[in-house]
Amino acid sequence: MAFIGFFVARWQTILQLTIEHLVIVLVAMVISIVLGVSVGILICRSRTLARIVLNLTNIMMTIPSLALFSLLIPVLGIGKAPAIVGLVAYTQLPLVRNVYTGITGINPAIIEAAQGMGLTERKILFKIKLPLAFPAVMAGIRTATVMGIGIGAIAAYIGAGGLGVFIFQGISRTNDKMVLIGAVLISLISILTDRVLARVQRKFNR
Amino acid sequence: MIKFECVSKRYPNEPVDAVDRLSLHIRAGEICMLVGPSGCGKTTTMKMVNKLIEPTSGTIHIDGRDSRAIDTIELRLNIGYIIQEIGLFPHMTVAENIATVPVELGWTKARISARIDELLELVDLDPRIYRQKKPRELSGGQKQRVGVARALAADPRIMLMDEPFGALDPITRAKMQDEFLKIQEKIRKTIVFVTHDIEEAMKMGDRIAVLKAGRMVQLGTPMEILAHPADPFVSELIGGRQALKMMNLIFCDRLMHEVVAVDRGQSVEGARRLIAESGAGRLVLSSGGVHERFYVDAQTLAQTHDFNAAIRPIARALRLRASAQDALSEMLRTGERFLFVEDDSHEVKGVVDLEDLFRQVSEHEHADQA
Repeated sequence: MAFIGFFVARWQTILQLTIEHLVIVLVAMVISIVLGVSVGILICRSRTLARIVLNLTNIMMTIPSLALFSLLIPVLGIGKAPAIVGLVAYTQLPLVRNVYTGITGINPAIIEAAQGMGLTERKILFKIKLPLAFPAVMAGIRTATVMGIGIGAIAAYIGAGGLGVFIFQGISRTNDKMVLIGAVLISLISILTDRVLARVQRKFNR
Repeated sequence: MIKFECVSKRYPNEPVDAVDRLSLHIRAGEICMLVGPSGCGKTTTMKMVNKLIEPTSGTIHIDGRDSRAIDTIELRLNIGYIIQEIGLFPHMTVAENIATVPVELGWTKARISARIDELLELVDLDPRIYRQKKPRELSGGQKQRVGVARALAADPRIMLMDEPFGALDPITRAKMQDEFLKIQEKIRKTIVFVTHDIEEAMKMGDRIAVLKAGRMVQLGTPMEILAHPADPFVSELIGGRQALKMMNLIFCDRLMHEVVAVDRGQSVEGARRLIAESGAGRLVLSSGGVHERFYVDAQTLAQTHDFNAAIRPIARALRLRASAQDALSEMLRTGERFLFVEDDSHEVKGVVDLEDLFRQVSEHEHADQA
């Protein structure tokens, strides 16, 4: 009951932080998807390049997110900018990897037929490769976005705002209601986003 | 139409040429088969036509133009391409697949739509049923039909076919081969057809180029290759029983001689005279200029005075497109030394004698040897 009371009393702050959180993640994801898909397409040209890039993104993910954000402070200072950069770096792996496996997993006969019929490389990419890799790409986008929403909480540590603020404040003030509110809302947003993206994915698969 | 001049191809890090100084002129409207074991360079040769593979040396002229001077995309859009795996685009419908090249060429929607229907009918698929189907809903044979339709979409003058029927079961394959030959009779494309199956090469080819380790060891019609294999490799490829195989290449329309008709009202004497004059072994009854499915046998007629008693029904006749082998098989089965030949509307057109079979096959065996 105290929990609901807390929620009602602070609803304006909660709303503001939620919107902040969503904006950070949204901006980061737009950049991340554009970058990740482009890199994923690019590395299909060379196996060596693919190995290097995939390893790099892999390493990026093994850096603890808290450390990654802290490392960005000397370069970008504090606030939303380093938070977005950190999120973009962090969510590259599922995107790049899924685009890459999605495209390289296409039956080579299909690509050969397209080439032999006289489609340009550009047309093959947009009319054949990307549509066929779409389910894999979309799965990558889902994973990356859900990850981004979760890790976005940690961005509060470097002053980016968002629902992480509640969690960090709650911890320092030993106010478990605040921690709970932050955590529950982040989980809810993650689940909802995943559901929506899954629906989008299914709609296009048909 | 397609002219290879001293064309060689060596792949990087390979000690020998995949294709070695190949000179070959593929004529307009013919099916030229490239046949040989795997690694003989047949697919490489074919892919050099549409520049999927660039030759290391030599030139290829297409329609009199050096292929290097032709824009690659333009060249490919004007050459139909069919591969064994078919490579239909799984996310597109049958209609969209067929429309690929016409869309690239900027045809109008109405023209493309009409062309899709026309092509589906050509490959014997009902447009109303198949236009909107996805490739995964089709059987292997149907997929390859769509593959053929897609390759023909923009009415290219040249078609490249890389083992197009190789992945089909034997019955479907034979059916597709027959149907494709029928289509080719109408469309008269210049076709480069790659296969490792010499039987298929014999059946489909106007001419066959036999390749071995990048070299062309023989070029000729199926009949020439069967009659005079250039070397032991070609003989081995053919695999013996040449004369029997030749019988697959001779058809009843060429084998038969015309029937002599006799009117139903004819007298025994008149019929006998007709037999004596024509030298025919039997007469087909006719009424009002139309052949009936009855005949009178010369031997029977010689022993009777009753014309009607000599009349026999024609129970079974071969089609014009039946091969000499079909004819021989039928003779062995029925014990008759002759067979009637009918056209598609079941009208009796001619008759094949056992002697005709012998004469024709051995003629080919000894032809142009002199």
